[in-house]
Amino acid sequence: MAKTVLLIGTRKGLFLAESGDRRDWNLRGPLCDGWPIYHAIIGEDGTLYAAAASEWLGSGIWRSSDLGETWEFSSEGLGYEESGDLKLNKVSSLASAHGKLYVGAESVGLFESSDGGKTFSLLSTLDGAPGREVWNDPAMQPPGHLGLSAIIPDAEDEKKMRVIVQGNSIFDTDDGGKTWAPRNKGLRRDWPPPPNEEVGFCVHKLAPSPVDKSRWFQQNHVGTWRSDDGGMTWNEITEGLPSEFGFACAAHAHDRDTFFTIPLDPGHGRVMHDGKASVYRTRDAGSSWDRLGNGLPQADAHLGVLREGMVADRQDDFGLYFGTSTGQVFASTNEGDSWDEIATYLPSISSVKVATLD
Amino acid sequence: MADVHLPSVLRPLFTDLPRHVDVDASTVGDAIARLDEQWPGIRDRLCEAGRPELRRHIHVYVDGERGDLDTAVAERSRLDVIAAISGG
Repeated sequence: MAKTVLLIGTRKGLFLAESGDRRDWNLRGPLCDGWPIYHAIIGEDGTLYAAAASEWLGSGIWRSSDLGETWEFSSEGLGYEESGDLKLNKVSSLASAHGKLYVGAESVGLFESSDGGKTFSLLSTLDGAPGREVWNDPAMQPPGHLGLSAIIPDAEDEKKMRVIVQGNSIFDTDDGGKTWAPRNKGLRRDWPPPPNEEVGFCVHKLAPSPVDKSRWFQQNHVGTWRSDDGGMTWNEITEGLPSEFGFACAAHAHDRDTFFTIPLDPGHGRVMHDGKASVYRTRDAGSSWDRLGNGLPQADAHLGVLREGMVADRQDDFGLYFGTSTGQVFASTNEGDSWDEIATYLPSISSVKVATLD
Repeated sequence: MADVHLPSVLRPLFTDLPRHVDVDASTVGDAIARLDEQWPGIRDRLCEAGRPELRRHIHVYVDGERGDLDTAVAERSRLDVIAAISGG
């Protein structure tokens, strides 16, 4: 029977939740010596990686090749030139593809490892991209200071990759990181544009459809969005949601038109609306929305979910999972129609990722 | 030999790292370099990546006085390396 493993990154270490049937879950942790974990993934070869940033000891990547039984840490090569003006403050995003591990950082930089996370080298600081001149100024950054907050390698072409620079833009490279082009056409902002109006957007989360390369979804600071041309242009699908603001979202594993997002109060609270925990689902690519709350707390539940806090697995009856900033993890195996709380009392959750192991 | 006292948060990262280490060094930076020879990577935990400065929340005291990487270390100095941040 396949085993499902959730990697739950928290402010106080990594936790693993494991299940053979996705009903009964066994929780392990805290792992990674309790370091704050911003993102954790399972690599192509089954190695677990966790991007960690400690106030004391700096940033680096924990790795485990035995499903979390033992861990090693490395930051060798994770840094900028001593003579330059960039300082590595945090590692915030990870991706594994084409035999490489990619790491996103603040100051904004993209690193790669070709030896399974033992050593790293700088791939790009996105020099020449619009906005590059201001985005490493802490005063110009959104809270969180994530820098390069997402990395989405192309599944087929190693030279192609899409990234998010927090509070600035989606960028594509098709030459292995030498040049970068913004991909924000159609998006809106509710603040003054920067000198180059191609950038200056606050993209929280991208969710490409696993079954259709042309179909992407996006949860933005202002609006929920869909692309039908591979993320080159964007169409707003916010109507019918309780707010335009949210962080986490996920695309359906098998249906290009089904998508899930978690709208949040856009004010200081940034929690689910009206104290009712809710996921919103569209089955028609954003034309209409259903509120899903069955099994979720429906009173006095002021839950937040961060941008990497929601994920879908790829099983036939696919599973959907999200973790909250108050330490609960909820799971659904019926496309959100009902939910079970599978973990609680965890530290504040920043990331939930899933792997299915045979 | 200077007597270097290390914080407990370092121990999970480095095999057989003791809490107290004797090193032959003339400055704090020199002492950290000697530690890095024996436990590669320890410098990057105590100093900013690629920069000649201690991390913001790593404090080093030489014989009870706050120091930096250039602070002189005497033959029998005691160095206390502190992970100095409070809160939850």
